[in-house]
Amino acid sequence: MPKPEILDPQGQAVARALPRLGFEGVSDVRQGKHFVLEVDDSVDDDTLAKIAEGFLSNPVIEDFVVRRADA
Amino acid sequence: MSKVGVITFPGTLDDGDAARAVRHAGGEPVALWHADADLHGVDAVIVPGGFSYGDYLRAGAIARFAPVMGLVIEAAQGGLPVLGICNGFQVLCEAGLLPGALARNAGLHFVCHDQRIRVENVQTAWTTRYWAGGEFVVPVKSIEGRFVAEKSTVDELERDGRVVFRYAGGNPNGSMNDIAGICSANRRVVGLMPHPEHAIDPLTGPSGDGIGLFTSVLDNLAGVGG
Repeated sequence: MPKPEILDPQGQAVARALPRLGFEGVSDVRQGKHFVLEVDDSVDDDTLAKIAEGFLSNPVIEDFVVRRADA
Repeated sequence: MSKVGVITFPGTLDDGDAARAVRHAGGEPVALWHADADLHGVDAVIVPGGFSYGDYLRAGAIARFAPVMGLVIEAAQGGLPVLGICNGFQVLCEAGLLPGALARNAGLHFVCHDQRIRVENVQTAWTTRYWAGGEFVVPVKSIEGRFVAEKSTVDELERDGRVVFRYAGGNPNGSMNDIAGICSANRRVVGLMPHPEHAIDPLTGPSGDGIGLFTSVLDNLAGVGG
């Protein structure tokens, strides 16, 4: 996700479109990316965090959250 | 004659014009392929514009891991002059050679027009041919050109004179402090969003003033000026 202090013009464009489509009450939209990685049990949480921080996100402008889910 | 490497990644577009600019300035352009395992003895490197690896993931995010970039990063830390133009600027930021990042334009449009820029620092390896405060016109063509960084980083860039180019007569993308280009602490690595390589000859560009970056680095390599 773009960091809160980073202007997100794409999210703003979505937010502005919602009332035009009849959806009221949404005060803000932030647009980010979502990656789904299929991994085996040898890949631990530290490794996933390294992948997220060092490659999938740009820590200068983005925050990330890693969630592990069973298939 | 000084040799200036011009990198081609899959998806690079402006390597031809960058090589032409080097030749026009009196240097010898050397083609570097993204998978190259050595820099072929070049004295400086240009990372040109385009859409390396299709801009997949983020602009420049995959290119920074190309084999040739590992060599460029190492050489740049040793003082090799490196110029990143547009997508090349994005690659240098992703590689950590320059601070900050290039985000989606504030107006969400791909901008493509002739842009006036002001030269703020004439003591980098790539700008000694310019006058401080001088302005010239070059094409800008990008959708992810909005320079952003932590406010403390921008303050540091301003304080240390590392803002090299600033947009004049209107900011096309909402970049912080109207920043169009910056340099590394040692002033050898420069990145900018506009395209000086498309403005080296009034016959084919909006001006011939972009040539100054290429003549500057050749001066620098020959031990003139700087």
